[in-house]
Amino acid sequence: MPTIDLAKTSLRDLNATLHQLKPDTNETLWTITNPAGEHSIAVGVDAPITINIDGNVGYYCGGMNSQASIIIEGSAGQGVGENMMSGLIHVKGDASQSAGATGRGGRLIIEGNASARCGISMKGIDIVVKGDIGHLSAFMGQNGRLVVFGEAGEALGDSLYEAHIYVRGPVASLGADCIEKEMRDEHRVELIELLKLAGEANKVDVSEFRRYGSARQLYNFNIDNADAY
Amino acid sequence: MCGIAGLFIKDKALEPQLGALLAKMTSTLCSRGPDSAGFAIYGAGEKGKSKLTLSGPSESYDIMAAARKLTAAIAPDAPITQRYSHAVVTLDADDVARAEAWLAANLPDVSIMSEGERLEIYKEVGYPDDVAKEFAIAEMSGTHGISHTRMATESAVTTNGAHPFSTGRDQCLVHNGSLSNHASLRRELRRDGIKIKTENDTEVAAGYLTRQMNNGQTLGEALKASLDDLDGFFTFVVGTETGFGVLRDPIACKPAVMAETDQYVAFASEYKSLTCLPGIKSARVWEPKPATVYFWEHN
Repeated sequence: MPTIDLAKTSLRDLNATLHQLKPDTNETLWTITNPAGEHSIAVGVDAPITINIDGNVGYYCGGMNSQASIIIEGSAGQGVGENMMSGLIHVKGDASQSAGATGRGGRLIIEGNASARCGISMKGIDIVVKGDIGHLSAFMGQNGRLVVFGEAGEALGDSLYEAHIYVRGPVASLGADCIEKEMRDEHRVELIELLKLAGEANKVDVSEFRRYGSARQLYNFNIDNADAY
Repeated sequence: MCGIAGLFIKDKALEPQLGALLAKMTSTLCSRGPDSAGFAIYGAGEKGKSKLTLSGPSESYDIMAAARKLTAAIAPDAPITQRYSHAVVTLDADDVARAEAWLAANLPDVSIMSEGERLEIYKEVGYPDDVAKEFAIAEMSGTHGISHTRMATESAVTTNGAHPFSTGRDQCLVHNGSLSNHASLRRELRRDGIKIKTENDTEVAAGYLTRQMNNGQTLGEALKASLDDLDGFFTFVVGTETGFGVLRDPIACKPAVMAETDQYVAFASEYKSLTCLPGIKSARVWEPKPATVYFWEHN
């Protein structure tokens, strides 16, 4: 159970140590103390380990994460879990803008609020935000699911491809080509699964959520326009 | 990039530490703006008096000699204090216009960094930690202060191009971002009698707010109006004699994080700048919303 104190160890040494870990490592539980808002903590980890971070982190924490479970006992700066591939990042506080940006897989759970551009260009990640999200969230989202317990800011899902969005609270406005869609049983099942994974099974009523998705007018090939090519 | 730190103190007991805390907050922002730095400090003041903070054309310029020439011509008994390359001359408020005219006519190389009852601005080219040390910012006390670390994009790296900018009495502004319509707006403001000294885009934003307030708007109203009239990216932090305001443009891509406790309201470009503040672990921490004016004022 290694503990790394960032007041004593450099960030570069910490990340280099984590990058050395092999998939069958026996050191599966790590604690990082005194993160003090430092950027790029535990970026690029590729091992099935758990990392507890005891405080607030700066930009890009857990970026490109594969396999690891990273628990942040505080708030996270810009781009937490950016381009995550798999694994889990759990933020106990709030997240700044571009949380989970371009994420390809894994789960990002935010107990508090996420600000602007949450899930921008998401490509398969699942994001659950238990508070509100800011403007331009899920912009150009291609795949994956975004679940929001609170409110969404302006231009939700602008230029959306095929990401699924579920919001319980009011949405300030929808972006271009994003529309509200009917919540069918398959979507309720999907949402229940996501809530279960976020530790909220049976605590939150899925019928309170509304579903948003792409109208598929912006990116889809339209036969009526064939003459234009 | 650029970095901003701001601290508005609510608990008087913390006022002697304003400079020390602001210098520490700024230190973590050095990498965001390594080419120059500046500090606006709202310290002690006297009704009816005005402090002129003066700076010369270079750090080696004898600013005290220049300040003495000024007081000899305008008010021989006026107190002068020196902080590194800057001098602060305290005049009767009625003498300010005469002092400005005398400087323009006799010592045109000397720049007035700020004018006001309580505001002093210290700024210089160099690594922000060095700038803070040279001016001994950590020793200063006050009710509120704003600092900036600059990575220049729109104009030259000079002392006068560093932030904060002041275009009105006890008013100052720092900026992270860039404005696109500053050339046309500068012409308009100069026509309206606002003094703009540099080709810097941020000074235009400061001048814009000064004009709006001269025309009777409150700082909050002026900030709101700027959302329509300024084109570009910005996070602004502004100070007045008693107030402290924050505004981000509607896209809000320039970072901003704030913290509030019973003792203070603090602003920073990055959370790590806030970690040196007392009680930060239990502070309310949030990101200011886009196109939303935030304002705090001392009674």
